[in-house]
Amino acid sequence: MDFTLSDEQKLLKDSVDRFVAEKYGLDVRRALVASEDGFGRENWKTFAELGWLAIPFAEASGGLGGGPIEVMVLMEAFGRGLVVEPFISTILTGASLVEALGDKEQKAAILPSVIQGKKLITFAHVEPQARFTLSDIMTTATADGGRYRISGHKAVVFGGDSANHLIVSARTSGDQRDENGISLFLVDAEAEGVTRRSYGTVDGLRAADVALKDVLVGPEALLGEEGDTFATIESVVDSATAAVCAEAVGIMDSLHEQTLEHLNTREQFGVKLGKFQALQHRSVDMFVACQEARTMTYVATLSLDKPRTERIRAVSAAKSHIGRAGRLVGQEAVQLHGGMGMTDELAVGHYFKRLTMIDTLFGNMDHHLERFAAAVYG
Amino acid sequence: MNLDYSESEQTFREEVQNFIRANIPSTIKAKIDARQKLANEDYIAWHKILYGRGWVAPNWPTEFGGIGWTPLQCHIFDEEIGLAGIPRVMPFGVNMVGPVIMEFGTDAQKEYYLPRILSCEDVWCQGYSEPSSGSDLASLKTRAVRDGDQYVVNGSKIWTTSAHWADLIFCLVRTDTEVKNQEGISFLLINMHDPGIDVRPIITMDGGHEVNQVFFTDVRVPVTNLVGEENKGWTYAKFLLKHERAGIAAIGSQKRQLNRLKEIARAEQSNGQALIEEPRFRDKISKAEIDLMALEYTELRAVSAANQGEVPGTEVNLLKIRGSEMQQKISELLIEAIGYYANPFVPDSFEAGWNEEPIGPDYAATLAPEYFNWRKSSIYAGSNEVQKNIISKMVLGL
Repeated sequence: MDFTLSDEQKLLKDSVDRFVAEKYGLDVRRALVASEDGFGRENWKTFAELGWLAIPFAEASGGLGGGPIEVMVLMEAFGRGLVVEPFISTILTGASLVEALGDKEQKAAILPSVIQGKKLITFAHVEPQARFTLSDIMTTATADGGRYRISGHKAVVFGGDSANHLIVSARTSGDQRDENGISLFLVDAEAEGVTRRSYGTVDGLRAADVALKDVLVGPEALLGEEGDTFATIESVVDSATAAVCAEAVGIMDSLHEQTLEHLNTREQFGVKLGKFQALQHRSVDMFVACQEARTMTYVATLSLDKPRTERIRAVSAAKSHIGRAGRLVGQEAVQLHGGMGMTDELAVGHYFKRLTMIDTLFGNMDHHLERFAAAVYG
Repeated sequence: MNLDYSESEQTFREEVQNFIRANIPSTIKAKIDARQKLANEDYIAWHKILYGRGWVAPNWPTEFGGIGWTPLQCHIFDEEIGLAGIPRVMPFGVNMVGPVIMEFGTDAQKEYYLPRILSCEDVWCQGYSEPSSGSDLASLKTRAVRDGDQYVVNGSKIWTTSAHWADLIFCLVRTDTEVKNQEGISFLLINMHDPGIDVRPIITMDGGHEVNQVFFTDVRVPVTNLVGEENKGWTYAKFLLKHERAGIAAIGSQKRQLNRLKEIARAEQSNGQALIEEPRFRDKISKAEIDLMALEYTELRAVSAANQGEVPGTEVNLLKIRGSEMQQKISELLIEAIGYYANPFVPDSFEAGWNEEPIGPDYAATLAPEYFNWRKSSIYAGSNEVQKNIISKMVLGL
């Protein structure tokens, strides 16, 4: 039992905290969100140079062999800075699936260029009817003369506008919600038949709805065994879920600090707002929620290497809990800031929006509550 | 970072489990299983069994007869006691007055009281709250006036748990009325069998008798029973409050309650299916289980930091708030779970020796009284609102 970072992990934390504090003010973020790419190519290059893009990958894949704790450290800082670069989509889902399932050629074709920051890749998986059910896939891949013909609709694919490669999940057998029969394909984002409708998201990120119409790929595009990828999808998504829990913790801590600063600055009725007990108790509720969210992020992160049921129990407990805690902290931060909390000018609203959208990412609080219950109660 | 107990900690856990299994008297075990009330003799009997094993005061320094367990070992021990449904050693001696005497008492006090606390020669109770001094404890009025080598004590203490069983009470009394509230308080040890002490039971809404009001009329206390310096009692009281709240999240017994809730929800039927399958109730149980997990590991973060030598800070206030909220939440779900059979109230069935057929399922009888009883936990040991005031000031700087 140990909840402290190793010396190396502390160095990583210092480095990413410093980057966020020095290079990632709200004005900088605003400019990035408004830019053509919607994120900083220069930042991405910096991430690559600092080795952050290599962290979760094995040394054999050209990575640094870091684990969930290092990812957690990064993501918490990214949350604190409201970082918009496509780390979750490219590193934690896209490239992580390639590492988990790819053969030698596929890894060689994708991983070095991703780790060096030259190429972006994302996981085009969710579909409009699927909501949060990972196995609900209607996109089909049918055999066509030694090739696969893929058709379907992928919804709200984060980083889908700028990605060079897509990993598309498609059904090669089975019924709509079967866990068996889901295959993954590496698809060039510019391939014929791929149409991306790109848009900004309410929290300042970029995403795309991706239409696939008779997209033809060769057998070399198949990632992993045909029809047998669900367990890997689930485990990669669980790892990414723990990571966004860490992002949420960074956001929540920042919201709480901003709120305390406001309470210690603004005066009404001749005294600091922080002297009012009604507001004190609400900021204590926020504090408790932040502490418990941090605890649950540790529990999820440190359970990723445990057997499946135990992993699900921890990750879903954390995501569900943080969905609730995040809603409380976000809403209270706005409330305690009063009218200023409603403005676009202040940071609070931006943090609140990202925190709110995190609940939808990889399954919301209700989805994970039931997933937890199913794992624990049967 | 890792979540796992070390091999030696696992071995220790097994040792504790084996000890409990082998040593819990069958009469006490039967009462626990039937959820009947334990008598003072039961508490004393179990205390003496632990004393025989040297396990009464794991948190005391070895020079005073403690064991010197690590904070994690203490946590494991407490968790196993709770999981087995065994009440903790009564806290008033071991966890409250003991540490105060060790820190501030005279050598004579240490030599006399500490061994008797360990062996349970004396049963203690705590004289803090008064009818007009609850959250505002420092406003207390029970008066101790010096008369030669004695104090003459007049006044009243309230919500005094176990006063009807106790041999001794540690009391906050006012020795100076001319100064600021906090500066005129002293810490006195008083024999409950002395003349002038009157203990009147307070029956709580669950029908139980845990607490009392204690009246002092010209009670004469030797000055040698003063702990530390006169008028410095508030410092000792604050020192003690920290100890009072340690382990307050009661993870082990809460896990036991949650397991009980799940068993009942599996046994109860709703619309032809087990209650645990009914989505509305299932959500509530799952939320409670997740929240308990958050509480458990938040406590473990603090325990593990203490294990590495960090001085415990204000996390105890957070644990008090969330621990009491969880106790209340689970007790609330327990009465929800049993539907109509929350209603029958047969107090005799809580007493040992009652062996009539239960009304309704055998797990139902005590659940409503327990629910009503648990409303105390957000009030005692510093109400949750007071805890929030403390966090706000000490942690958040408001």
